[in-house]
Amino acid sequence: MTAFLTRLLGRLPVGYLQLTHSPGRLLAALAGVAFANVLVFVQLGLAGSMAESVAIPYRLFQPNLLILSPVESETLTDAATLPRQRLFQALVHPDVTGGTSIYVGRSTWISGHDASSSIQFFGLASDAGSFLHDALAAPLVSLSLSDTALVDTLTRFVDMRGFVGATPDAPVPFEIQNRQLGAVGNVSIGGGFGGDGVFLVSDQTFFHLFPQRSSATPSHILLGLAPGADPGRVAAELVQLYPPDTVRIRAVTDAMAQEVRYQMTERPTGLIFAFGVVIGMVVGIVIAYQVLSADVADHLREYATFKAMGFRQSFFIGIILEEAIILAAIGFWPGLAFSALFYQTLAYLTNIPIFMTPERAVAVFVGTILACALSGILAMRKLAAAQPADLF
Amino acid sequence: MTEPVITVRHLDHFFGEGEASKQALFDVNLAVGRGSLTILMGPSGSGKTTLLTLMGCLREVGSGSVMLLEHELCGADEALRVDLRRRLGFVFQAHNLHDSLTARQNVMMGLQVHGRGDPARHARAADHLLGLLGLGERLHYLPGNLSGGQKQRVAIARALVSNPNIIFADEPTAALDKVSGMAAVQLFKELGRTRGTTTVMVTHDPRILDLADRIVTLEDGRIVRDHPGPARNEPLAAPV
Ligand SMILES: Nc1ncnc2c1ncn2[C@@H]1O[C@H](COP(=O)(O)OP(=O)(O)O)[C@@H](O)[C@H]1O
Ligand SMILES: [Mg+2]
Repeated sequence: MTAFLTRLLGRLPVGYLQLTHSPGRLLAALAGVAFANVLVFVQLGLAGSMAESVAIPYRLFQPNLLILSPVESETLTDAATLPRQRLFQALVHPDVTGGTSIYVGRSTWISGHDASSSIQFFGLASDAGSFLHDALAAPLVSLSLSDTALVDTLTRFVDMRGFVGATPDAPVPFEIQNRQLGAVGNVSIGGGFGGDGVFLVSDQTFFHLFPQRSSATPSHILLGLAPGADPGRVAAELVQLYPPDTVRIRAVTDAMAQEVRYQMTERPTGLIFAFGVVIGMVVGIVIAYQVLSADVADHLREYATFKAMGFRQSFFIGIILEEAIILAAIGFWPGLAFSALFYQTLAYLTNIPIFMTPERAVAVFVGTILACALSGILAMRKLAAAQPADLF
Repeated sequence: MTEPVITVRHLDHFFGEGEASKQALFDVNLAVGRGSLTILMGPSGSGKTTLLTLMGCLREVGSGSVMLLEHELCGADEALRVDLRRRLGFVFQAHNLHDSLTARQNVMMGLQVHGRGDPARHARAADHLLGLLGLGERLHYLPGNLSGGQKQRVAIARALVSNPNIIFADEPTAALDKVSGMAAVQLFKELGRTRGTTTVMVTHDPRILDLADRIVTLEDGRIVRDHPGPARNEPLAAPV
């Protein structure tokens, strides 16, 4: 290792030799860096999982659609509604080929004596097939029978094993909102931060479950576009058809991106995650600074000697950065391993979509290097105390 | 004498400022010829170390003049002093070795100050010098596993390895036994003869005085005696 680093640096790896000379301090430093990494990874993982769980329900729909939402709706599951009239008004636009209404409602499913899950219901019209993800078109047909549902096999807090493989010929009965429903198929969506599972039902079944809702006031409206039509232009033209400030019209993918941004930057949870990342970085910088500045303090005589020999400031910066980068580059891996394990455990226990992404690992690695380098630069100030004149 | 590598004129030095200011050197005048061995003597607190650190670019020269290797040190900036220090070798009373570097690596640092170079060549040069100083068997020892005398010899090798123009040594033989102390000073003399390396050394060791070309005695910050040593084989410089 020393020979390799000597070739790499073009000088003896003094920083590396210094770090490995006190294994206790090195281990403490690595544990500190790893710990800070875990803090950051956990926060980023939760934030990423929130973004992912926000995005998942949008993927029920074809991506190349426009979605009409009430102006007050920031999310797909807000309670606000808009008049179905808006759908018929849109159909006059030459590039709009069709549309369907989406009804969204939430209910609590008591599945055992003390087991309950918050279920997000999507009520879909029988003609919704062409607006939904390809995989949903076929199962949608089986919802035409009243009081049937496609149930989410990833629903939290419920043992869903009995529902796997439910078909229209062998429906699995369950009770929700004091109504007897039959599961006739499965989806795999899973809970997020806003709910524990997603069930799809026909609009008729939806109105049975939520009698106060009516077909005249959907939650959102999906519009299909003629091939080659520019969604941005069509959206801008459609807005003109409606009374001002009554509808938001966006491509499904834009609506999804906007809700992710909204959840991350305007809701407390998103801000807490961002704050957690900052805390993690501060913890890492402080730990690395402690170790590096203690190391400088312990070697003041040696550094003063090097100064007397004629080494320049750049040499000392090099040594401290060498130490910082070694701490970062080694401490990162146990941090990564722990975090990946944590993600798996959390995903297993809660069913939230949390997993390590290569982008996140690379970003945290680079961030760790930069944070440790910053600690090194801060620790450098102690170097001024090394006075070669005092050596004699 | 040969051309002077150090010329000190009217050098005063003060520690501290204002009321608390204390004068450590008074009107010191001295010229040191190339290749010579000059010994500084004098009671403790007489200013020997102060003079050494001023000539060695480790302290700023505030008044008078010190010409070192044809550069004026009075008012010289830090960059020039760092550059000049690379042409000097220091042997301190304490060895000041780096505790995480082996004997060889400590000596190699004396070469690496001059920039990138072939590490294998640096290692060979270090090994050669350590061999001359009787440490051929201890190349890979950390300072913690060397005796005091062995550490001091490593420090001497580190000062000599880059072939400095001038060696400044402050009681370098204090930690050495008689034999290796003499051997080290013989090595300085040898380098003076073969390479023109100049040595300025603080010592009280009477046997080393026998090897001196020149003996300068300080008392209370003043040079009180400046006379040729027993080994002098050249005329003294004209008084400055
Ligand atoms: N860093 C310093 N600050 C203040 N006074 C000092 C300092 N270094 C040395 N002195 C004083 O300068 C005088 C000369 O000291 P020094 O050069 O170390 O003497 P020597 O090496 O001959 O024993 C002494 O009176 C000492 O107290
Ligand atoms: Mg002294």
